[in-house]
Amino acid sequence: MAEAIIRGQPQVGGGAGRGDFPDGGLGDPDRGGGVPPGTVRRTYRTGMGLALLGISMLFVAFTSAYIVRSGLSNDWQPVELPPLVWWNTGALLASSITMELTRRALNSGLRAQCNRWLAATAALGLAFLVGQWGVWRQLSGHGIFLDTNPSSSFFYLLTASHALHLLGGLLALLYIVSEAWRYRLGPAKRTLVEVTAIYWHFMDGLWVYILLLLWFWR
Amino acid sequence: MDHKVIGIQYWFLALLSVFVGMALSLYMRLRLAWPSGSFPFMGEGPMTPETYLSLLTMHGTIMVFFVLTTAPQGGFGNYVLPIQIGAADMAFPFLNMMSFWTTLLGFFVIIAAFFVSGGAPTGGWTGYPPLSAVGEIAGPGQGLGQTLWIVSIAIFAVGSLLGSLNFITTTIDLRAKGMSLMRMPLTVWTWFVTSILMLLSFAVLLAAGILLLMDRELGTSFFIPAGLVISEQVINHKGGSPLLWQHLFWFFGHPEVYIAILPGMGVTSQILSTFARKPIFGYRAMVYAIVAIGALGFFVWGHHMFISGLSPYSGLIFSMVTLTIGVPSAIKTFNWLGTLWGGQIRFATPMLYAIGFVSLFVSGGLSGPFLGQSSLDLYLHDTYFVVAHFHLVMGVAAIFGMFAGTVYWFPKMFGRMMNETLGKIHFWITFVGVYAIFMPMHYIGIAGHPRRYADTTAVDYLAALQPVHEFISIAAIITIAAQLFFVINFFWSLYRGPKASENPWEATTLEWTVPSPPPHDNFGGRTPVVYRGPYEYSVPGASQDYIMQTTPDTMVRGAK
Repeated sequence: MAEAIIRGQPQVGGGAGRGDFPDGGLGDPDRGGGVPPGTVRRTYRTGMGLALLGISMLFVAFTSAYIVRSGLSNDWQPVELPPLVWWNTGALLASSITMELTRRALNSGLRAQCNRWLAATAALGLAFLVGQWGVWRQLSGHGIFLDTNPSSSFFYLLTASHALHLLGGLLALLYIVSEAWRYRLGPAKRTLVEVTAIYWHFMDGLWVYILLLLWFWR
Repeated sequence: MDHKVIGIQYWFLALLSVFVGMALSLYMRLRLAWPSGSFPFMGEGPMTPETYLSLLTMHGTIMVFFVLTTAPQGGFGNYVLPIQIGAADMAFPFLNMMSFWTTLLGFFVIIAAFFVSGGAPTGGWTGYPPLSAVGEIAGPGQGLGQTLWIVSIAIFAVGSLLGSLNFITTTIDLRAKGMSLMRMPLTVWTWFVTSILMLLSFAVLLAAGILLLMDRELGTSFFIPAGLVISEQVINHKGGSPLLWQHLFWFFGHPEVYIAILPGMGVTSQILSTFARKPIFGYRAMVYAIVAIGALGFFVWGHHMFISGLSPYSGLIFSMVTLTIGVPSAIKTFNWLGTLWGGQIRFATPMLYAIGFVSLFVSGGLSGPFLGQSSLDLYLHDTYFVVAHFHLVMGVAAIFGMFAGTVYWFPKMFGRMMNETLGKIHFWITFVGVYAIFMPMHYIGIAGHPRRYADTTAVDYLAALQPVHEFISIAAIITIAAQLFFVINFFWSLYRGPKASENPWEATTLEWTVPSPPPHDNFGGRTPVVYRGPYEYSVPGASQDYIMQTTPDTMVRGAK
């Protein structure tokens, strides 16, 4: 999803029934026309918001299935979360902070700092995914597999779905890193960083939500 | 990556699908009317009940997903929406293209289910577990065929999510100067609301599909109850609930009904106003009704589950909310009639199809309040009454919306007019034909004829109804044959039709201000400015009986 959004260049047009044109307009003054400033940025933000709404619905559906299924039968044995989960959570929360620092550095034009924080975010994201892999290995080492009981089924399902979405965000980050290294991260790409940051923070929040669900609804 | 090309691609995908779906229904009708006959391409001897069920499943799936969801929204929506709001393209053209190719991939996967070992799935378009979740043991088509079915639906869901995201962003952010929400054509409103429904419901279907696939392939037990014995074998799953699937599925499934029908309502409103030369009656009421139908659509899924062991108390609540939907639907119907009343009606083919839509929507809709009450539904649910209801109200009505849209926008899409005579022949045979097919089904439904069965010849009380089946099948054969008129008309007009002007129907919305067919960026580099609402026909004091949305007030009087 994230990759697709990067590649699709929004077309421009008038905006939202409002007409804040630059002085003199960009098209035929009689018929209006031209590009109101900020349209591209706005479409990216709207699109990302809607994508997150769709993703939320996916996890809402999983949650309702989780709650219903947990109340259905007596074969539900809550998964004991390995301590590694908390380290992973720490890494992901830290990556949100570095993501925010990236955005601020970019906005104030501190390119070197921005690149550093960007690399840190990507590294922390990668660390989280590797850590999640480690959690799976630990669980399967204890004989808890996908089909062991419904609780473990949901544990693997929720963590895998989240990891897959985070991987999308990580790919977007790596793309930005590669652009930044080649000094191509101009002002136009700021929107890209911005929506990736929104996505990243959302994935962070989503993870906290999943963790709370797994922790409190056993 | 042009939205117009993508729209036409969607349209042709739907055309291909509708003929596949129609061929399947033809075989079902043959089997029902002449149980002992053998038919071409169906092997020797009478058709097996398994084959019948796989036809039933594939007919439903292909029609609902690849026709009713694809053409009105992906086809016309993609083509017309950006032009009607004055945008050069969709907000994310690449995403738009991905959405089409994803959908096409889904189509290939579902078609592949015909050709795998075991054949096509037999679980119905709703794919209810546990039979859909346990694999081949539940029947030959429930093996690989059913897996492909789930995969195809999941792919389709992803494609729809990408598409709807794009539609909503475009409508929110790329409207031309002056195109306020309450100046949008009703077609745009319906595509917009439909997209919101798609975004919220298809994600849930995707989740349900993933869970079902895990039950089948990875040994989980989300939907499979304990102690299940199928074909004298104990199923080694426990604790799941088929009802859970039904809730998730119908949470998607009911909004899906409105995804199919809302764009047809939009097209109908647009056409009725244009060809009655009157402003649409109660524009704001129409907008609120569209939004209300969309919103209520999320709270009525339970009415598909009255006889599934749902608590009677929940059934009562769902029943009341369901009946509430009658209110906005009635508002729309009255407004359509109000638009027609006293108009100077031009009976061109788009108008005929649009009136046909209203007729079918009312005829099919009137049986809704019967089925919406859980007490009556207990009796009617598994009979042909339901088949008649949903085919009229969301199947054929939506198809008439597509016919109307095709004839109406054909000049814009291809630069030529379609033939009126062929169009009228096609309209009348189809219109009478679908009533001849589906009206008798109400009757045999009330008489207690169960649906989904291939063969009821051994049942005494249904023997008397067999002539009705034969009548329905003959009507179906004639109606299906009449579709050739449409296809011939379409392809002939594509190359030989008279050239269309910029605005052949003398309509007011933005797509009629640009050449037919429009250039790549629609408006030649200038985005239009909108000065008025979409349906200003027969305005007193104006020089013409219609005023384009782009005409400023100074020009209206000045040109007199």
